[in-house]
Amino acid sequence: MISGFTGLGKKYGLEWWILVVGALIILAIVYMAAFPGTLAPFSPYDQETGPQLAPPSAVHLMGTDNLQRDVWSRIVFGSQTILRVAVLAALVSSIFGITLGLISGFSGGWFDRVLSLVMDSLYSFPGLILAIAFAAMLGPGVVNIMLAVSVIYIPTYFRLVRGQTLSIKEELYVEAAQAIGASRFTILWQYIFPNVIATTAVVFTLNVADAIMTEAALTYLGLGLPPSIVDWGMDLAMGKKFLPSGMWWLITFPGAMISLLALGFTMLGEGLAEILNPRLLER
Amino acid sequence: MKKSLARYIIIRLLLTVPMVFILLSIVFVVLRVMPGDPVSSMLGGHAPEKVIEQKKQELGLNRSLPVQYVQYLWQICHLDLGESMVFKEKVTKAIADKLPATIELTFFGMIITLFMGVFLGAYAADKRRTAQDYGIRLYGIVVYCIPVYWMGLMLQLIFGIWLNVLPVAGRVGARIFTSDFEKTGLYVLDTLMARDFASLGDVLLHLVLPAFTLGIVLSGIFVRLTRANMLDVLKSDYILAAEARGIGHRAIVYKHALKNAFIPILTMMGLQFALLMAGAVLTETTFSWPGMGRLLLERIYLRDYPTIQGVIIVVALVVAMASLLVDVVYAMVDPRVRY
Repeated sequence: MISGFTGLGKKYGLEWWILVVGALIILAIVYMAAFPGTLAPFSPYDQETGPQLAPPSAVHLMGTDNLQRDVWSRIVFGSQTILRVAVLAALVSSIFGITLGLISGFSGGWFDRVLSLVMDSLYSFPGLILAIAFAAMLGPGVVNIMLAVSVIYIPTYFRLVRGQTLSIKEELYVEAAQAIGASRFTILWQYIFPNVIATTAVVFTLNVADAIMTEAALTYLGLGLPPSIVDWGMDLAMGKKFLPSGMWWLITFPGAMISLLALGFTMLGEGLAEILNPRLLER
Repeated sequence: MKKSLARYIIIRLLLTVPMVFILLSIVFVVLRVMPGDPVSSMLGGHAPEKVIEQKKQELGLNRSLPVQYVQYLWQICHLDLGESMVFKEKVTKAIADKLPATIELTFFGMIITLFMGVFLGAYAADKRRTAQDYGIRLYGIVVYCIPVYWMGLMLQLIFGIWLNVLPVAGRVGARIFTSDFEKTGLYVLDTLMARDFASLGDVLLHLVLPAFTLGIVLSGIFVRLTRANMLDVLKSDYILAAEARGIGHRAIVYKHALKNAFIPILTMMGLQFALLMAGAVLTETTFSWPGMGRLLLERIYLRDYPTIQGVIIVVALVVAMASLLVDVVYAMVDPRVRY
């Protein structure tokens, strides 16, 4: 097991280690979200845990905020919100994007043309601006922000899957399946889908990284969530108010955690991409 | 060549029409289907029913959705973005006031991105598989994962608060009167034209942190792209030929190879413009920069339909124009490209 592990490291070099480090970062933060009680000394809502706006100390590893809450405890519990929203958003957009891409690429005709045009328009527009508009319209809430984030990534999956479907449906084995009388659904589901899903794994991982930063951006702008929810982006926005007085711990830690989580998924995705298909990222 | 290029430009311009139309339609419907409207945000929730109805009548909001839609499209066809539903002002005026600030920020951000990204990428390719190469590649990945607003806050903290050497908010200091030089709204250009060098210095000083924030975060993509392209180019025969002729290593890498690797980077620049605009919105909120992003955020809370739609249209057009411009420059730089 150990020799196999380092053997892979020798074979793929840096890429393998990028993947491993990324996976470790994700695991650490997933642990944080799953068992917050084992890491956080206080409840994230607890006021008067210590002095107000105190810098990091032995009791308060990351200091306290203006309501005398423990910043570290809020970081630990805040991981739940961002992980949930980012992963669910990526799931929702991949389900819609893959399904639409498969159908569109397979059926062709005017349906394909119209849908492609719509997706290309969405794709070329700055996604965050669209997410801001949707999030503001939907109002605050975990499900709403998840929807606002997921909408902007549908075109990414759509374009990838549609392109692959177009080339796969010309393959001989698809023709053979048609010849023996397989239904359109069977062809899509059993012959095309399994060949498409492999490449979307890499895109999914990188998409989660992007969704993390979009989620945090929306909550930082005050668009995403009600104040009763613990969230890194919201803590960052709150810390911003105390920046002029030099309270560095209020912005440094939430922001660093957002970066770290995004970095974990990016490294995992990059490593996977290099190992599965070295040419994918160069396109 | 010239004629075909002109035809290409016209076709590309025509292609942006459906794109803008689709985006506009989506936003138009979403705005009106979702809860909230400009009248209640203006009058508050406690206004009498009659007043609300009357106001809606005035703004044409009581008509059916398809009627409103057709009316709006008709207006757009006359290049009129309408009037704000919350303030007494033309949408085009509001946007014209804010757009230059965003353009100035994105322009300087792009320049910083290009310089840092291209130089670091070329250097990494030259030093392939050394510590410097790994370091720069790591920089590329890490920087890409830093949210642009957090980068802004940290730079504000370091350079604005701790070192206290750079301003952290706005486009000019309190003692500068923009009315003295304002013409185009692009303050760097304006102060240059007015030969007001004291103000120019102040304007540039205010640009440093926002532009670097935007520039650093986006430079990661360009590092990777430049490195990949440079590696391809450095493997090619004409580089070997140049080496055989005894041209110095530095000249080969940074003159001959970089020139050829630059062309795909240029295309990438057009594609990254959407990302740049999104980054600009976030940078603007962090640095109290009076641009399009802040306008959009302000008006979205007020449900000011025409202004929101106007901002979406203008942003879509800016992105489309940027990518067209890049393609045209590409065609001029690379003689192999034919349309």
